[in-house]
Amino acid sequence: MAPALAWLTALMVVPCALVLTLAFFRRGIYGGIEYTVTLENFGLVFDPLYARIFLKSAYIAGTATGIAVIIGYAAAYAIAAAPRRLQPVFLFFAVLPFWSNYLIRTYAWIVLLNREGLITQLLRWVGYTGEPPSMLYTEGAVIAGLVYNYLPFVILACYAPLSRLNPELGEASRDLGASSVTTFRRIILPLTVPGIAAGAVFVFVLSIGNFVTPALLGGGRFQMIGNLVYDQFLTVNDWPFGAALAIALIAVMLLVLMAQSQFADRAAGRTIEARGGADG
Amino acid sequence: MNEPRTLLSIDRVSKSFGRVKAVEDISLDIRENEFFALLGPSGCGKTTLLRMLAGFEPPSDGRILLDGRDITRTPPNKRPVNLMFQSYALFPHMSVRANVSYGLEMERLPAKEIRSRVDAILTTTELVSFADRKPEQLSGGQRQRVALARALVKRPRLLLLDEPLGALDKKLRGAMQLELKRLQNEVGITFVIVTHDQEESLVMADRIAVLKDGRLLQCDAPRAVYEHPCDRFVADFIGVTNFLQGKATADGVLTSNGVKIAGKVPNMLSPGVATVAAVRPERIRLFPSPETANRVAGTVEALAYQGLDLQLHVRTPLSDKPFLVRVTADAVDRQPVSAGDQVELGWDAADVRIYAD
Repeated sequence: MAPALAWLTALMVVPCALVLTLAFFRRGIYGGIEYTVTLENFGLVFDPLYARIFLKSAYIAGTATGIAVIIGYAAAYAIAAAPRRLQPVFLFFAVLPFWSNYLIRTYAWIVLLNREGLITQLLRWVGYTGEPPSMLYTEGAVIAGLVYNYLPFVILACYAPLSRLNPELGEASRDLGASSVTTFRRIILPLTVPGIAAGAVFVFVLSIGNFVTPALLGGGRFQMIGNLVYDQFLTVNDWPFGAALAIALIAVMLLVLMAQSQFADRAAGRTIEARGGADG
Repeated sequence: MNEPRTLLSIDRVSKSFGRVKAVEDISLDIRENEFFALLGPSGCGKTTLLRMLAGFEPPSDGRILLDGRDITRTPPNKRPVNLMFQSYALFPHMSVRANVSYGLEMERLPAKEIRSRVDAILTTTELVSFADRKPEQLSGGQRQRVALARALVKRPRLLLLDEPLGALDKKLRGAMQLELKRLQNEVGITFVIVTHDQEESLVMADRIAVLKDGRLLQCDAPRAVYEHPCDRFVADFIGVTNFLQGKATADGVLTSNGVKIAGKVPNMLSPGVATVAAVRPERIRLFPSPETANRVAGTVEALAYQGLDLQLHVRTPLSDKPFLVRVTADAVDRQPVSAGDQVELGWDAADVRIYAD
């Protein structure tokens, strides 16, 4: 207990407390910190200029989450439906990109989306002669990068409840007169929604604070909160405002996590029936 | 009396999974309002056959007709057939009432009718006070009744039950066997039950089909299956039997140590081929009259008191295994026997069944 507590204090409580304290000070005229207590950093967070970046970040993270959940759930569903002995193989390949560096994975998208990148070359090869599509340095490129990087989380989170689901539940629903669509909507989806929620929270929380992907795939002018915080600390040298932005971001993440845990508590009543073995 | 109407015809149905033949060329007619049992050891194909009737597995060959209509390729949600799963497969996120209503909602019936039909079936299955509970808050017996109610409320033409009592303890099983039979009478629905428990099928079924390795061995009323098993496997699988090995003669079996067992030899067994004679323990009498066709002396090895009757293990020169003899407790009161006693056993030629070995 004690070592865990010490660990938590050293790595979580102290840094957070430092950031929080920092947010109440003022930026010095030549950078640095002026130790006078003020609330103006938090006021600035709600300035329309920055609030818009917050909203945009939430929108980008939300869109990436939505797309990742749809693709990830479908992939997990397909893996769970595959023959038992093949499932670990498919899961291995789903998680394989995680073994390479995040930066390298993101750079790969530059190679793909570049004006004369792989996709453009592919289009040329099938006979397209017009202007190369501008795909890199767009909102879409950022979303694609986020979806790609965090998809394995969703696949793993959704696979767990899907693979535990007793296949006879789906059969029972069909037997009682439900179509496959109704069976999915009323039986399979409700029983696997905790996995979706867990995966979605992963993607959203990791996306909304991300600064590498928007920097590399969004181009120089593209800013999410992560980039804003990065800039305050390393470019503009306004640590107190950077800290206030970071605190605001943490608050948003905490809200999302709280909503998810509320949801998980409500779903706790619906434990998933174990696989029933039948023979004969 | 008119011949009962055929409800379901299984017409030369086969099913293979890759190279494994799970069901091979089975034909059966199941009658209206019948309680029909598919009986066999695990792996005999009975569950596969049931799943084909429910529509979850398409047969590799053959047809399935319900009321004369070909339903071989009809999907499960379009068949007037319901299956009660071995695992019960209750929807864990729904209350008992929601589980039972589900099938009627799929038929898009008016809410009022759904409510009254669900109430009625919950009353029949004594589940009214559990209507708002989730399946995980129920005991095994209650879950079993919910599964039954959920299937019955649809008023199917045919109800399929996959090892319906398999998950219950022995005492509850006995009660539920009679309960199922009562319910079946009450609702007037044809039941097809899959079981590996021969005793269960004898108690409940109007007719039994015995399956082995995907093939149908015998289909008959319980009494006929018990008294006239069609082959050695069925004789062994249903109830308890004494087997005596030997060679066929014109009017019986000659055991290896030269004892003749009198009995009717089937025409297909020519004299000299390896055969086995089977005698049920309850057909054997202690101290038979001198004119009894088959008599043999032996030593009582053990007695097991079983309430109404006694089971004796008698060592005889006829076989390596002790002879099982079932006599009523009254008979033993009249002529006491105990372990170590010399006794004579006797049985009639008519009680001997002779099979190829």
